[in-house]
This record gives sequence, structure tokens and C-alpha cells, in this order.
Amino acid sequence: MTEPKRVAVLGVGMHPWGKWGRNFVEYGVAAARAALEDAGVAWPQVDLVAGADTIRNGYPGFIAGATFAQALGFTGSRVSSSYAACASGAQAIANARAQILAGLSEVALVVGADTTPKGFFAPVGGNRTDDPDWLRFHLLGATNPTYFGLYARRRMERFGSTAEDFASVKVKNARHGAANPNARYRKQVTIEEVLASPMVADPLHLQEICATSDGGAALILSSVEFAKAHGIKPLVTIDAVSTVTPVYPNTTIEMPNFATDSSAAVPLPKMGFRPSITAAIYEEAGIGPKDLSMAEVYDLSTALELDWYEDLGLCGEGEAEQLLRSGATTVGGRIPVNPSGGLASFGEAIPAQAIAQVVESVLQLRGEAHGRQIEGARVAITANQGLFGHGSSVLLRR
Amino acid sequence: MTGTPAVEGFFDPEAQALIGSKCTGCGTYAFPARQGFCPNPHCGSDTVDLVPLSRTGKIWSYTSASYQPPPPFVPADPFVPFFILAVELAAEGLVVLGQAVAGTDAQDLRVGRDVEVVTDVLFTEDGENKLVWKFKLVEATK
Repeated sequence: MTEPKRVAVLGVGMHPWGKWGRNFVEYGVAAARAALEDAGVAWPQVDLVAGADTIRNGYPGFIAGATFAQALGFTGSRVSSSYAACASGAQAIANARAQILAGLSEVALVVGADTTPKGFFAPVGGNRTDDPDWLRFHLLGATNPTYFGLYARRRMERFGSTAEDFASVKVKNARHGAANPNARYRKQVTIEEVLASPMVADPLHLQEICATSDGGAALILSSVEFAKAHGIKPLVTIDAVSTVTPVYPNTTIEMPNFATDSSAAVPLPKMGFRPSITAAIYEEAGIGPKDLSMAEVYDLSTALELDWYEDLGLCGEGEAEQLLRSGATTVGGRIPVNPSGGLASFGEAIPAQAIAQVVESVLQLRGEAHGRQIEGARVAITANQGLFGHGSSVLLRR
Repeated sequence: MTGTPAVEGFFDPEAQALIGSKCTGCGTYAFPARQGFCPNPHCGSDTVDLVPLSRTGKIWSYTSASYQPPPPFVPADPFVPFFILAVELAAEGLVVLGQAVAGTDAQDLRVGRDVEVVTDVLFTEDGENKLVWKFKLVEATK
């Protein structure tokens, strides 16, 4: 096994999630300043700004790296801007990491922020009959929760999952999120309350589907040598980042497509998309699921969190409900999942979300996740999935 | 059913069949049809034929649209909730999404049930029907 290619996390920062309705740049700057302060680094020391883009806030959102660099005051740093739907933040991390490892950057700011509309995400404007995202709304009325509902029903059919199992994920995450000052929803809920909320995409209820949120998150990354020279303790490192695509044919229906790839002429790959994301990161980091202290996964819906348990190898296929019911994935259990409260407590601020997963992991590994701390956490994994075959995973270690 | 497809090129309203592509090199299908290149990474062919896809398939999964989707969806007034099905076309090795026809009963939806592709009205514009493919349950043989 080769040695993991490590970069250090010097500092983390967030702007609380909510429906604030202000300019996304404000949230990103607040998160960046918090991360700089946490790192003990002055803004002019940053030589790379890796922005995660938002597509719903005009031109400044498409060039997020430059937008945040300008808002903080141009210093002549390098910039990059990444868009990869929900994985945008992870691609910004991957970019900063690669430049640090290549010796092109010493101290990098990774930042993402979003201001979101109310209700369902809709495609961006225009009459675009060659864009599957436009077509799925126009021809089918297929929203994002449509796909979550299809996955959830499929899980029920394959493994006998119940509505109560799904609602229990929300109950767990709401309990975690109640202790997180950056979470949008901090009220605990019961299974009965979840199931009494309106049906959105059968079998999923309103409280089981992540809301669209405003928020911002930032990291200060550096080489391990720089961190050691500056006496950063405890040292938390990013040991691996996975941003792999699916392998053709991808036979799980994927947002925003309205058909899968064809398996008629090409045999199925060894594994599906989500497990391939985590397999790649385990291979890169040289560890396995048994080494994990915690996971932050993309609970776009309650049912999807259960799919992730299996895709991460926390349990076998069809065993996620049992793992949840055992309490293993609750803080205090064997392998807590979404100690931050997850999207269930945050909602989703797309370009900030994958970064926020890393922020929570860092706080846990440092022992600073007050009210939701996992005792002795040493290794953390994040996992997420966006549109068009974008997914990501980040592996952190103390 | 009179009218014109809401967007051309996805289905044949007369034949009530989806139109996909089939690679002349490796036989890989695609829906929507690929124009000019094969999606199989090991193929490299740039010749595909447009072909009608199987008219029947089995439900892979299903869900409801219980809330009105945002534009460019064109809702009925008032909005009527509907079901969306993911249907497996065995011969093509594809799972395709489509609305269930109006009047489909939730009690009748089950993974594995047979459905057929039908032409139906998506919305009406200036008195003209805009058509789309939908899925209709095939009656179980008694």
C-alpha cells in the first residue's frame, strides 16, 4: 500500500443554515472569516481560493472562486471554481488538495455558499428541449423528490423496509441536529410527527425530504509540513478524496435522467455508482469500513441514508434498517452517522453541503462537537451524490 | 388521439412506442436516442439507428407527484396529483420513467407488474393536445 497523500485542515468555518434570503456571498465570506480565525491564518497568507459554484445566483455564482476572493479583498491569489451539483464542494476540496500536493499552493481557502428559492428546485430558465433537466420537469413533472421516492419504494420492495424505518432516520438525525448551532432545524421529532407530515413523493413525507437552504461553509487547507511548522494541534488531515464517475452501464435511474444506461450489450459493472465512490476512497486511503469512527452521508431523503449504510460497507445489503434500529448509527453507538444532524437538520445549500460534511468531521475528530461529540473519534468519512453521475467522498483522520 | 408531441423525437404517437437508438456496432440501446455516437465506452461507433422500443415492461419502482411540480411542467388547473413509474424494458436493458395514466389506482401499483406504453395528453395549448408517452397497467390475465 502506498502512503496516503495527506493535506492538513488548519481551520473550519460555517455560516448557519436557514432561509435568510440574503446574498450568498455574505454567507461565504462569514464562513471564510470564521475558518481563517479558526486556523490562525491571515487572509493575505492564502494563495489559492477554491470556490464551489452555485447556479442560481447569476454570474457571481458561476465564478465562485473569484467572487469570494474579490469579496475578501483581492490579494493576487490563484482561484478555481468548481460545479458538480451536490459534489461541488468536494471537487473544490479535490482541486485545492491537488494544488497543495503538487506544491503549487501552501495555504488554500475552500468555500461554498448558496441562496436558494422556496420549494422544489426548478431547472434554470429557457426552452431547452435538449437538456434532460428541463425535459424531466416538462414531460414528466419529475422533481428531485420523485427520484428519492423511487429509490425508497425500491428499497421497501427489495428489503421489506417500512415507513417507520424511514421515519426513524429523521428522528435520529433531528436528535443529533438539535445540538448543532449551525443547523436550520433544531427541534426533535417523533415517528408519528414525521408520518403525519404531508406525503410529497410516496412513500416519503415532507419531513423526510431535505429542504432547500441558505448557508455557507469553508475550510483552510495546507500542506502537512506547513501545519506542523505552525504547531497546529490536534492535526486533522484529509487522506483521500473520491470523485469518480459511475462505470457504464449505470442501471440505477439517476437525476435528472429519465432513463438508465442500457445493459443489453455491455455486462454490468462490478459495483453500482454509490458503492464505487466509497470503494475508491477506501482504496486510496488504504483502510476499510471497520476503521471508521463516524460517517456524514447525504440524506437527501431518510431512505437514502439507509442506502448509504450499505454503500459504505457499514453493514450488508438489506441490513441497514437493523443497524439503525440497533442504535449503532446514533451518537454513542458503534458507528454514528450524521452526527451533525445531516440534511434532515440542515436542509441543502448545494455548494456548501459537501464542505459542511467535512467541517463536522473535523470538529468531531478534534473533540469540539459540543453536545453531539463522538468519544475518541479518529477516522471520519463523508459521502454525497449529485446530478449527472457526480458523487464524492472525503476521508479524514486525526 | 389527435395532437402533436409536446417535444418531438421521444416517441411515436401512432405506434404508441418510445423511440430510442441502437448502435449498429455493438447493439447498445439508448433512450433518449443518441445522435451520432454510441454511449458504450468500449465501442466508439458513430452510427446508430433510430428504433421503436418494447411497448411493454415491468414496474421497477413507482412514486407520486403529490405536489404541483414547478415550470416548465404545465399543470392542470386545479392540479391533479399523479404517479410516476420507473419501468424496466427487458429486451433493451433500460429503465425508463413516465407518468402513469390518469385514474391509476395506488392500490394497483406493485413492483414487477406489467405495463404498456400509451400515447396520452400532457397538456392542452390553444386548443391543441400536446402529447407524451405514459404507462398504463396491463390487466392481469385471469
